[in-house]
Amino acid sequence: MTKVVVAMSGGVDSSVAAALLKEQGYDVIGMMLRLWSEPGKEDSNRCCTPDSMAQARRVAAKLDIPFYVIDAKSVFRETVVQYFLDGYARGETPNPCLICNRQIRWTFLLDHALALGADFMATGHYVRIQKAEGGRINLLRAVDRSKDQSYVLHVLNQEKLARALFPVGDYPKTEIRAIAEKHGLPTAARKDSQDLCFLAGEDYRNFLQRNAAEMLKPGEILTRDGRSIGEHNGLANYTIGQRKGLGIASLVPLYVLGKNSATNTLIVGTQEELGSRELTARDVNWLSGEIPGEPFPAEVKIRYTAKEAEALVTPINGNQAQVQFDAPQRDITAGQAAVFFQGDVMLGGGIII
Amino acid sequence: MIYLDYSATTPVDSRVVDMMTPYFSASFGNPSSVHRYGQVAEAAIDSARETVASVLNCSPEEIIFTSCGSESDNLAIRGAAYAMREKTGAKRILASRAEHPAVTKTLLHLEKYEGFLIDWLAVDEYGMITPQAVSKAINDNTALVSVMYANNEIGTINPIKEIAEICKAKDVLFHTDAVQAAAYLPIDVQALGLDMMSLGAHKFYGPKGVGALYVRKGTPLVSHLTGGGQEFSLRAGTQNVPYIVGFAEALRLTNEERDQRVTHVKPLRDQIIGVVLETIPDSRLTGHLESRLPHHASFAFKDVDGNLLLTLLDAAGFACSSGSACKTGNPEPSEVMNAIGLSRDWGLGSLRVTLGVHTTPADVDSFLNVLPGLIQKARMLK
Repeated sequence: MTKVVVAMSGGVDSSVAAALLKEQGYDVIGMMLRLWSEPGKEDSNRCCTPDSMAQARRVAAKLDIPFYVIDAKSVFRETVVQYFLDGYARGETPNPCLICNRQIRWTFLLDHALALGADFMATGHYVRIQKAEGGRINLLRAVDRSKDQSYVLHVLNQEKLARALFPVGDYPKTEIRAIAEKHGLPTAARKDSQDLCFLAGEDYRNFLQRNAAEMLKPGEILTRDGRSIGEHNGLANYTIGQRKGLGIASLVPLYVLGKNSATNTLIVGTQEELGSRELTARDVNWLSGEIPGEPFPAEVKIRYTAKEAEALVTPINGNQAQVQFDAPQRDITAGQAAVFFQGDVMLGGGIII
Repeated sequence: MIYLDYSATTPVDSRVVDMMTPYFSASFGNPSSVHRYGQVAEAAIDSARETVASVLNCSPEEIIFTSCGSESDNLAIRGAAYAMREKTGAKRILASRAEHPAVTKTLLHLEKYEGFLIDWLAVDEYGMITPQAVSKAINDNTALVSVMYANNEIGTINPIKEIAEICKAKDVLFHTDAVQAAAYLPIDVQALGLDMMSLGAHKFYGPKGVGALYVRKGTPLVSHLTGGGQEFSLRAGTQNVPYIVGFAEALRLTNEERDQRVTHVKPLRDQIIGVVLETIPDSRLTGHLESRLPHHASFAFKDVDGNLLLTLLDAAGFACSSGSACKTGNPEPSEVMNAIGLSRDWGLGSLRVTLGVHTTPADVDSFLNVLPGLIQKARMLK
């Protein structure tokens, strides 16, 4: 029997993923990762509270599948949390979920799944995979576009896709709830939160204050033409497009346009000055495993929650890509990922410089 | 699946189930009742108490039935601590660092909330307490000494007869937790010279949820589960008649078949220890090589996540346990691993393999075939 490890969270999506695979005749094993939390906040990590662990265990018992928790605390701290801190230290707004998916879920956990003798690993992500001609595997957006999570999975590759199953990506969320009900599984999803699991429900600024206070150095706030108009309290406290909390008296609303970590200065300007027609992405991952030979039109998404925009993507310098939008885009933010689609197919993406 | 975790619990012997069954519905009376229903239930308990007493070589009034081994430990330690403080003012308790949590947590509780003082005895590298160490540590203020008969994690058997002699000579009460030992070791309380001994049925093919405490006549003891006058007013609450009947039958069978059971498990256990130490690099036996429970093998493997090893073993079809096992993925070396001086890189990689009546030579062979490969996998994943 084909063996598959399901990464479970106790939530409705991964629970239904396990139920669907069991129904399809797979030999299913449930696994959950114990992730890192700040000392004293071990019960608040959104991804592995005692509560969600108990929930996942109950789901596994209901489905009559084995369930194991794997300790990932130190590898999570060394990779994901470090990436988060390093990103802010560089003046970027990092998205650690990308690293978590690449290094923790689809490397660390996948290795454990394979060691248990699994043929596949499944998650409750809303995406699909499709076998294309020539044996290539495509990552597709979810049927339910409003739930699509391909943004955070653009970091996969052919080798990992060959091991991946995403059973819920074929269904609209409403149907997933119905399936959960049918199997008597918990239907109450945890709040769809954009918060990072290790922030324990707090603002990321509090976390930085506690764990990397040294990076929060005050500096000048400048206009685009270099005029000093105030003082900021540490670049990491600001993100591109932010309006509130600048503490500057001004006739027109001012927005964060950019951050210069070399000079520790924050660049602000008016709404008209926001936005740009182009961006460059580094460390671009092409899901096909091949760098496209020439520029191509694509729909580009610059944040997890952003709407996709038409653009021309030009691969440059090995693993970079230049993106030329048809219309100016607001809030292009260094450290976030820009990802490229053609239709439903996720082509790849990289980190905005 | 192959079950190699008999120290965690054992399947109930079908002969025991047969003895228990009538007391759920057919003979359901409350032993305290005056009528015939009650008399039948009371007779069942009396007979169970006599059976246990004959195995322990004591009188029936010295047996208190409880809900589990942990409750027996609590009754012995709390009960004797309160009684001795009242009687003599003594408020020091002596215990080993490698006790079961039912003992250590109870002692910490007495220290924090009741003002008792705990003297923790260091164990040697095998987890053993020497009689000399006990002798040196006892003073005028010592109310009680508690040293386990055999260790659950590492299988080491303590010289409790010698320790009991010392306690007797110094006129100090001695309690032993024999929950792990009872399945394989002699438990004649006169020969051992004990004042109190805790037992739990599910370690010797009896049901979970029933235990007993032997209390030598004349031992000062204060009840901590107060209410009705059951169990000589030392443990209130309507007796769990079918389980008490099951306890007695399981203990009787264990006593009768002890030699056969030892003869069955010991060579298989020795095979496991021999092959593991021979074939797996950076491995060591934890606990004593000779003075150990005959069904018990325990190891430490350097740079292995013990929890992960259990996961790999389970997925491969073998149920074992580990001193650092933790269902929430938050492993820490156990107190016992620390007490025997294992560093963290060894202490986190513990494995306990415990055999029983249903273990076959083929089970052991297939276990030994997969273990080295799984250790290697676990090391690679670290």
